[in-house]
Amino acid sequence: MLGSALAWSRASAMCLNFNCLLILLPVSRNLISLLRGSCNYCRSNIRKQLDKNIRFHQIVAYMIILHTVIHVIAHLFNIERYHASYSPVAKDLLIRLSSIGKNSSENYLNPIRTYDTNPVKELLSSAAGVTGIIITVAFVLMVTSSTWVIVKSFYEVFWFTHHLFIIFFIGLIIHGSGRIVRGQTRQSLQEHNVTYCKDHYEEWGDIPECPLPQFAGNEPVTWKWVLGPVFLYICERLIRYYRSLQKVVITKVIVHPSRVLELQMKKQGFKMKAGQYIFLHCPSISRYEWHPFTLTSASEEDHFSIHMRAMGDWTSALYEACGAHLRGFREAWKMPRVAVDGPFGTACIDVFYYEVSVLIATGIGVTPFASVLKSIWYKYNQPATTMKVERVYFYWICRDTHSFEWFADLLQSLEVQLMERGRSRFLSYHIFLTAWDEYQATHIALHYEENKDVITGLKQKTFYGRPDWNKEFKRIADDHPGANIGVFFCGPNDLSHVLHTMCNLYSSANPQGVQFHYNKENM
Amino acid sequence: MGQIEWAMWANEQALASGLILLIGGVVGVAGQFRDWEFAAYGVAAGVFVILLEYPRGKRRKGTTMERPGQWFLAAVVKLFGPLTRNYYVRAILHACLAVPGGFILPTVLGTVNLGIASLIYLLAAFRKEEWRPIQAAQTQKGHVGKSIHQPPTNPPPRPPAEHRRKQMDDGRTGAIEVTATP
Repeated sequence: MLGSALAWSRASAMCLNFNCLLILLPVSRNLISLLRGSCNYCRSNIRKQLDKNIRFHQIVAYMIILHTVIHVIAHLFNIERYHASYSPVAKDLLIRLSSIGKNSSENYLNPIRTYDTNPVKELLSSAAGVTGIIITVAFVLMVTSSTWVIVKSFYEVFWFTHHLFIIFFIGLIIHGSGRIVRGQTRQSLQEHNVTYCKDHYEEWGDIPECPLPQFAGNEPVTWKWVLGPVFLYICERLIRYYRSLQKVVITKVIVHPSRVLELQMKKQGFKMKAGQYIFLHCPSISRYEWHPFTLTSASEEDHFSIHMRAMGDWTSALYEACGAHLRGFREAWKMPRVAVDGPFGTACIDVFYYEVSVLIATGIGVTPFASVLKSIWYKYNQPATTMKVERVYFYWICRDTHSFEWFADLLQSLEVQLMERGRSRFLSYHIFLTAWDEYQATHIALHYEENKDVITGLKQKTFYGRPDWNKEFKRIADDHPGANIGVFFCGPNDLSHVLHTMCNLYSSANPQGVQFHYNKENM
Repeated sequence: MGQIEWAMWANEQALASGLILLIGGVVGVAGQFRDWEFAAYGVAAGVFVILLEYPRGKRRKGTTMERPGQWFLAAVVKLFGPLTRNYYVRAILHACLAVPGGFILPTVLGTVNLGIASLIYLLAAFRKEEWRPIQAAQTQKGHVGKSIHQPPTNPPPRPPAEHRRKQMDDGRTGAIEVTATP
């Protein structure tokens, strides 16, 4: 009756089962943290794959799109052909098959019982059809609200629409419960000789080789596939809810220029490593939203901090709730209650294990390095800890330091402290501003001879334009022959490729010579 | 959700619905289903919706990412003036286009999704959003003060560049004070 369309629809259904199983796993971030913690003995490259969880989630979603398209098209053909099996022009075998079960309803094969209907009505009268439409529409809405434009600019639309996945999974489990796809039962197949009987369809029930065939519906299997991940995800949400009840105290709020807010917080039992991130939740602003922020404090400090720029709805609301737009002192009990989930992410602790570390960041990618630099500073000052790293080069490339004045302040305080210890050679940083105009250029040229840089106030001068990586790498390689140099980068992919190439280019062929090791960090 | 421009999401949803309507229509026509004429309509309506929705409108705040190659369609859509600019018109248009798809099965999904897109456009229209074409990159505003590349207009002895600029724009205070030494 159905031709190959049945096979297409069943195959894609199986693939959909598998993909729907997979799609919940990458977003269970606490589960991933658990996995990451347990494979501490693996190399960090393997652990870093777990950081690509969102990308994996997206790829599985693309596969679900593909299989849904195949599944829906195949079923369109199925319904049409079921219906056409009654029509006067259909082959007689089909009519014979369709007519089985007029008397007792358990034994029919064709789920469409009469000709006097149309496929749309049939669809809407079956559980599978109705749930199919509902979950496909929910899925389409989830996909259209997850495009890059919407996620970047209107995060709330994406967040709330994506919760349609609850309807999606409920509908998916119910989808097969109607047992609409029917096939011959195993027992009937043993009695009924299919190859012989298909040509003798008028004699079914009359001749011994062909007793009347028995049909039954297929059992729904989707629940077996998705039950595990659904359970794990429910656990994940419960963990997040429990974390949201744990007490987090805001100990200090610092207002930086360009609407950047630094929140220093304390929470019992919170342990972090450099380069990790947390999710912040503020029930008084929004009951359900958790937003990710990179941690900017070092693990040696007694508090943890984030730097947050007030740009969207939620961040601006938090900015005002902390009283940042008002002047003057604000009592601690006036601070909004917040909750913290995390820390997540692979820590960039490898920085401490190379003799020379080169840190390169572009724009906002500088945020995890704030934590790393502070950590290096603390470790450096404790004579007890042995830190392998002896020299740190820091490159920061951004359009302008607007909205990163706080980081320039951090560098300045580090510079001052290092000079006091007489160790100014430990850290050398190079800032490259790529957005400059002629007016600025003349201003800078006039003040070139001065001691401090005019823009940042730092002793080391700011450069304009992009760095010449060949020159930089050559200089570092010449200064440290025979050393293992770790290069850490946080920023866009094209620069990442350039840097990786540079590392390979300037590592010497001699294994005893200078070796550059490239690591890309996540934001 | 004060800053959300619903039109952005409505645009994505409508584009997807057009595609779904098109695919459903192709299936109906290719499979020669009963009443396949509705499927043929689905193909035509789907293509029309895709062409209409492909050019992304300009956002009110921030830069808008253009879809690749949308400049041509944007020029065509701009020609229709208020018909395409106003989102009420688009909402009603999509609602009307969606209805005939509901009669046969392959295009039902397209109908439902286009209906939802129409509702979101209605919401966008209530909030007085409009479709505006994305202009080409704006020419840089002229610098306040002349560029140093232009040859000087007064004969020597001349004060340095900043001083010249200060003389030009009297109302504006310069960022640095430079004493002129002839």
